[in-house]
Amino acid sequence: MSINQHEIEHVAKLARLSLRDDEKQLFTGQMEAILAYVETLNELNTDGISPTSHAVPMENAFRPDCVTPSIGHDRALANAPDKNETYFRVPPVIE
Amino acid sequence: MKFQPVIGLEVHVQLKTDSKIFCGCSTRFGAEPNLNTCPVCLALPGALPVLNQKVVEFAIMAGLATNCSITPTNIFARKNYFYPDLPKGYQISQFDLPICLAGHLDIAVGDQTKRIGITRIHMEEDAGKLVHGQGGGSGVDLNRAGTPLLEVVSEPDMRTADEAVAYLKKLYQIVTYLGICDGNMEEGSFRCDANISVMPVGSDTFGTRAEIKNVNSFKFVKAAIEYEISRQCELIEDGGKVVQETRLFDPNKGVTRSMRGKEEAHDYRYFPDPDLVPVVISNDWIKRVKGDLPELPETKFNRFLTDYSLPEYDADVLTSSRPLADYFEQCAQSCNNAKSAANWIMGELTRSLNDNGIAVEKSPVSPVQLADLIKLIDGGTISGTIAKKVFEELWKNGGEAAAIVEQQGLAQVSDTGAIETAIDQIMAANMGQVEEYRGGKDKVFGFFVGQVMKAMKGKANPAVVNDLLKQKLAG
Repeated sequence: MSINQHEIEHVAKLARLSLRDDEKQLFTGQMEAILAYVETLNELNTDGISPTSHAVPMENAFRPDCVTPSIGHDRALANAPDKNETYFRVPPVIE
Repeated sequence: MKFQPVIGLEVHVQLKTDSKIFCGCSTRFGAEPNLNTCPVCLALPGALPVLNQKVVEFAIMAGLATNCSITPTNIFARKNYFYPDLPKGYQISQFDLPICLAGHLDIAVGDQTKRIGITRIHMEEDAGKLVHGQGGGSGVDLNRAGTPLLEVVSEPDMRTADEAVAYLKKLYQIVTYLGICDGNMEEGSFRCDANISVMPVGSDTFGTRAEIKNVNSFKFVKAAIEYEISRQCELIEDGGKVVQETRLFDPNKGVTRSMRGKEEAHDYRYFPDPDLVPVVISNDWIKRVKGDLPELPETKFNRFLTDYSLPEYDADVLTSSRPLADYFEQCAQSCNNAKSAANWIMGELTRSLNDNGIAVEKSPVSPVQLADLIKLIDGGTISGTIAKKVFEELWKNGGEAAAIVEQQGLAQVSDTGAIETAIDQIMAANMGQVEEYRGGKDKVFGFFVGQVMKAMKGKANPAVVNDLLKQKLAG
């Protein structure tokens, strides 16, 4: 599997990263190398092995439906770069 | 050209749990902004989600009630996108292994039944809420972030706005019957996205679809779908092309409008969430949930037909919601006259509830109070007309029907002597009409009944009045 610069641009846009042209080239090469390395997994025979979603052999970790105390808006907003009353404030979003 | 619309719906059902899906914060609506938050739903670094077991149980209930199969091994996935109401930068949802698959609901279309496929139901968390016009910015309230949702995705099986509304109402009825959703549409507990396309009649290739986001009333769903169908038909007839896009319905203008700019974000890069271990649902668990399912609307409807010998119309109206059905059953069992209970509930009670905007479970007249009133009619103590007055009194001031009848002297007069006296006086005062009647003008009979009832202040037993009048008028 190979990756081209167009895909790097798409992924960068999804991640809200702006890359210079030389960075795009650099990352295209690096990503290609990473994907090629991961590709070696395909050499294994995985017939009859169900897909693994988690590495930890555990299931059904639940909590009961009980309300526990929240931390309150003062602490919730303590690290907010900007706020208005008890809202976090962000640049205007147009729907 | 004639067009065939094709409609599929995605419904977000907010689950009625006390706490959020992955943390213990309250799901209560209307709290002060950001009050119900903690490191998990604020997405503070290092915080880890733990699944609320009730969400899984509610999802199994929804699946069983909509004829789905339940997926034995469930995993949660991250749906990645950036939006200010989504603090983690991803929504925890389900992707390739949703908890419920391949179900259906049957809806009534005219006098036919139509089966609408349900592709899948999955569990996910809600995002926060954005408030606009916050001093040059937008405000973010994360109280709703992490509220548990079920997303119910239908097959594109609907062909008209009415079918879509019928399907939605059916689904709404089921989730509120199950008690897994409070059904409060104004607060967004049940909201709908509609996928709509049109194709030439006779074609079997669907047209390009537009998605209308977040419509939260049955009326708006109908209006939005109808508008969108006509917009697409006109566009194609004018030589244009429908583009795949997300649109918003404006209820004030009754139109849908394009929401530009969110298109590239449709690449969500789902992957399994490593913070949440798989959920394995055993057959025993499913059996247990099945055993605890409340009676569903269709079963109740059929039971009302057989147990109470109600007409289909009555059974349909009375099973439209669980509280209404419960009210009816308590009343019918207490007065032993199901048809009369049905009539009173569908008539006087519903009218009074609607006029005052009161839900049936908060009715000032209880099922037993209404049953006592019906018993007084059935026992011949009061007439139907007087009963309406007693009902008004019960509605306004409470109390017991029998006591009201006694205090206000409303008991029906069946005593023939008193009624005969009244009839004699009225006949004497209206000889002209008596002659008319005797001359064959049967319609005048109603006039006499009215006069007698008026003279008796509505308290005369109508059957006795009829009998006596007939005798006397015959001369």
